[in-house]
Amino acid sequence: MQALKDKKLKSQLAIREELYGKSAQTAAKAEKWLMPSEGGYLETEGIEKTWRVRQESIAREVGISSARNQYDIVLPGLGPYTIDFTSSGRYMALAGRKGHLAIVDLRNLSMIRELQVKETVRDIVFLHNELFFAAAQKKYPYIYNRDGTELHCLKEHGAVQRLQFLKNYFLLASINRHGQLRYQDVTTGAMVANHRTGQGRSDIMQVNPSNGVIGVGHSTGTVTMWKPTSPNHIIKMLCHQGHVSAMAFHPNGNIMATAGVERKIKIWDLRKFDVLKTLPGQATSLDFSQKELLATGVGSFVQVLSDPSGNQDYSRYMGHSVAKGYQIKAVSFRPYEDVLCFGHSMGWSSILIPGSGEANFDSWVANPFETNKQRREKEVKSLLDKLPPEAIIWDPKKIGNVRPPAKKEKRSREEREEEMEAAIAEIKGKGMKNKTKGRNKPSRRLKKKVEVVEKVKRPFMEQNIKEADEISRKKQKTSHEVELPKSLQRFSRK
Amino acid sequence: MKVKVISRSADEFTRERSQDLQRVFHNYDPNLRTQEKAVEYVRALNAAKLDKIFAKPFVGAMDGHIDAVSCMAKNPNYLKGFFSGSMDGDIRLWDIATRKTVCQFTGHQGAVRGVTVSTDGRILVSCGTDCTVRLWRVQDPTRIESDEVFENPAKPMETYVWKNAFRAVDHQWDGNLFATAGAKVDIWDQNRSQPVNSFGWGSDTIISVRFDPGDPNVLATSGSDRSIALYDLRMSSPARKIIMQTRTNAIAWNPMEPMNFTAANEDCNCYSYDARKLDEAKCVHKDHVSAVMDIDFSPTGREFATGSYDRTVRIFPYNGGHSREVYHGKRMQRVFCVKFSCDGSYIISGSDDTNLRLWKAKASEQLGVLLPREKKKHDYLEAVKKRYKHLPEVKRIIRHRHLPKPIFKAAALRRTMEDASKRKEERRKAHSAPGSITTRPLRRRKIIKEIE
Repeated sequence: MQALKDKKLKSQLAIREELYGKSAQTAAKAEKWLMPSEGGYLETEGIEKTWRVRQESIAREVGISSARNQYDIVLPGLGPYTIDFTSSGRYMALAGRKGHLAIVDLRNLSMIRELQVKETVRDIVFLHNELFFAAAQKKYPYIYNRDGTELHCLKEHGAVQRLQFLKNYFLLASINRHGQLRYQDVTTGAMVANHRTGQGRSDIMQVNPSNGVIGVGHSTGTVTMWKPTSPNHIIKMLCHQGHVSAMAFHPNGNIMATAGVERKIKIWDLRKFDVLKTLPGQATSLDFSQKELLATGVGSFVQVLSDPSGNQDYSRYMGHSVAKGYQIKAVSFRPYEDVLCFGHSMGWSSILIPGSGEANFDSWVANPFETNKQRREKEVKSLLDKLPPEAIIWDPKKIGNVRPPAKKEKRSREEREEEMEAAIAEIKGKGMKNKTKGRNKPSRRLKKKVEVVEKVKRPFMEQNIKEADEISRKKQKTSHEVELPKSLQRFSRK
Repeated sequence: MKVKVISRSADEFTRERSQDLQRVFHNYDPNLRTQEKAVEYVRALNAAKLDKIFAKPFVGAMDGHIDAVSCMAKNPNYLKGFFSGSMDGDIRLWDIATRKTVCQFTGHQGAVRGVTVSTDGRILVSCGTDCTVRLWRVQDPTRIESDEVFENPAKPMETYVWKNAFRAVDHQWDGNLFATAGAKVDIWDQNRSQPVNSFGWGSDTIISVRFDPGDPNVLATSGSDRSIALYDLRMSSPARKIIMQTRTNAIAWNPMEPMNFTAANEDCNCYSYDARKLDEAKCVHKDHVSAVMDIDFSPTGREFATGSYDRTVRIFPYNGGHSREVYHGKRMQRVFCVKFSCDGSYIISGSDDTNLRLWKAKASEQLGVLLPREKKKHDYLEAVKKRYKHLPEVKRIIRHRHLPKPIFKAAALRRTMEDASKRKEERRKAHSAPGSITTRPLRRRKIIKEIE
């Protein structure tokens, strides 16, 4: 602010700053009225450890309505199951490998629709609300509505391994058997992008919630990040030796967790692209909760890690094991609830993880108690605010900023001299070609040698002259001694 | 062990009865609203586009005159009342809401060149080329509405005959005096048949006169000798005068900053002056491509409307160099007079094609009573647009105005000429001794001299 010369702008900014300060203060005051609910927690006393607390003892402490969220559904012969939630956490979609699709209303735990497609189903996702969902089946992905009616068959996608829906962009992203990443706009049906990842088959794909960039984990141990507008990956990082078995993004988008088959789970900082912490262990599925807990699922065991200090120092928080022999396929925290759901080879289960969900929902973002009318209105609003695919960039805060003018870095005189020296040394080090008789005389060779050095020096010398010129011109401008018109200045002595 | 998990009972978060409002909760956690800036940008872009879609400023035309409209006056006491005088000597009172003539005032023999209304809205003063000043009693607006029979066409209350033809008239704010412009500036009392005072400065005709709304004794005039002069009624002689390069057609005082006035000039520009400091204009408002014929300030003092000989009406911010809005119509001819309505939301223009036209001051404004929710939405979109107005895509949409081809071409030509002269000036400067050629800013360049 002090550096600003424009008085008008300065005063405008000062007023703005003051206003922002005031509004932040009033917002802080109003927070307790605005956010009435308190989040869940699990505290232990003495030598008791949180990871020793079993689901049964939690069930004894909490109310009946919460205890209803602990259940195991056993459906042998249909699993393993994958699951997906709507953004409000009210509806859950389930897909069993053997073709069993189901939509469940979790508020009253009632089945809305159940259907058997009689072919392999690899993944299921909800589109923008609970009325539509997409299932990746044996040959193609399909879009169904809530009643189980097939609406579209997306043949262009091929045999899809994994599906993701980008909420603000209305894009359905898929990765197929051949490692092709496709984006389809579900409002217009246009195929927005088709990228070849070029690293073989992969079924690890996650959307970074903060910027819409898609991360794909490969069998080479790399994770690549993609956006629809560029045919090449924007970021490629080697995360593991051996394949990447699972990955998940933190809700603020700055932290990523990956698991590899070499028994390591790594927490990455995506601002520095650096490992924050390496944990021993395996995971076939990872998920971050809204309150930043990390769930890992492997075999028949689910572990939840927490970061009590807030500096990504993840340590175990809770654990749970299902019946031996069940293979966990997917773990997923339910939004706005302290509930973790996971699909396994014999059905699906739900357990309570206190402190995992956001206690206060925003009615305009995701409302678990949404009425039909509100849902309709929200659909229209979100379509009006639909973002173009170009808005997917690594740093979404850059949108709406004016790009600063590119500044050319000026090297100092010493640096330039060094560079010149290096260039001369390089040219001198090169041997000379033998020329034909008569052109290979020692005098000619010497002359050539000098010439070559001069040639290398030339651009640097020119640069020096140019700079000296500029400096002298600047001096002329500032000094009033030279009283010649501009057109005659070039004849004057410098 | 202490455990708590989130548990919501439906009756805490939903309404009890169907008549209640739905309960709404907020959480401003940035992790819940992702890509917020991008969403806001898209909203700004859509708002800018919607503004263009809804920009239908033309409300309606009022026809009735059988010759060009030469002058207009607004009734300061009655929002819907507008007077217009025409070149055939006809004066009409219009009801803006119904866009109909309420009353006609006939009597002038030649063209009516000026109409004005006293501050209480009771007396209409008109003058014209037939060397007469006529005073008319204006019907009480409440009586007009109550369908009572009144005299139509109205008869003049008084007729004062004078020595010369008149070009303009303006009534004093809060007083009985009015000033006419012609061969001289004459100050009249409503009750006297002869001017109480008369000012002259040189032998050229005075073409416009306007009282300062802040000080009832100060008035500004412009003359055909290219002058703008300030007069004080308490003094026997004129106060100050400047001569410009071209003639000033009309003057309007800023009602909120009563020392400032803006002059509509023949050279297509408007010049804002501070009456205390006439050696340079405060701001030059460029955009018209032909002589600016009339100017009127919005009652807010933040913007003014101008009518021009190039067949357009433009709205300028009081301190901005370029117009915010341009209005034109296929059938609209040379605009001779323009007025802002007293609530600042409409503009009325009178043109050569005998019609008065009613325009909205904000082209895409929604008319009628707004619901609080609608108002909030409009405010929000306005704020978002303001936030992103500097970004190229939004700026392009907000700035774009369609212009008729002749005006577009004329503007391009003017720009080329200006650029050329600027280039020439620069070259002359470069090829002559430093300091021997100085460029004066446009604010000063157009003023030839100042006379005290």
